[in-house]
Amino acid sequence: MLLLYPIIVSQIKGAIQFCDEECCGFLFGLEEEGKVRTITATMSAKNVSAVNKRKTFEISPEDYIDAESFALQNKLKLLGVYHSHIDYPATPSEYDRVAAQPYFSYLILSVVENQVEAMRSWTLNDDFKFEEESISIININQQINGYSNHSNSAA
Amino acid sequence: MATVIIPTPLRKFTNNSSRLHVQANTIWDMIQKLITQFPDLRKHLLDANGRVPSFINIFVNDDDIRNLQREQTVVMENATVSIVPAIAGGVPL
Repeated sequence: MLLLYPIIVSQIKGAIQFCDEECCGFLFGLEEEGKVRTITATMSAKNVSAVNKRKTFEISPEDYIDAESFALQNKLKLLGVYHSHIDYPATPSEYDRVAAQPYFSYLILSVVENQVEAMRSWTLNDDFKFEEESISIININQQINGYSNHSNSAA
Repeated sequence: MATVIIPTPLRKFTNNSSRLHVQANTIWDMIQKLITQFPDLRKHLLDANGRVPSFINIFVNDDDIRNLQREQTVVMENATVSIVPAIAGGVPL
């Protein structure tokens, strides 16, 4: 399960919804037993894809190394990556799957007409297939409101 | 010995070690020793053709091995070898 504070959601949405190319960045936080992940910080990254930035994204090795350093310096875990899909569902594509790394949460936001229409998170299983992980938004009273509560497999 | 920096996604296969010390002459030698010690790393460090997958970058100090001699790149004593996953994705073109 991925736990997100509203300010984190706002940061990510703010970073991506008016962008005319796929936007991307890193997710940092804490991991508890049972694989509950609380995201406490994000870092945007430059899309350096050489193909078609509106449809693909790539993060440079330098930005990745910076993200690992940020996690180490702030005693956080680098837990995953977010990226946007413009005019496309928040489900991983085959390209997403082939490039995916184990362990990471892949938070995908579907953006249609500059609005985030859906937000879903995925992790790669041992068979190199994506499984959906639930997302919960933490409210200011520290209560947890279910955002997406089902677990599906996707190729 | 060279120091190998393991990225977060692969640490679950190295008993959560982020840095390993490996005595190796080349990158290929280093990969073989890592796989011997941590067999679950194999499918993430080698593709079906026995090459480093396109979505894994390996740097010796600050140099990408693709700009050197790839898997045959020499690993000097006290070198720092960084395994850096290429983070990428996208929708059908």
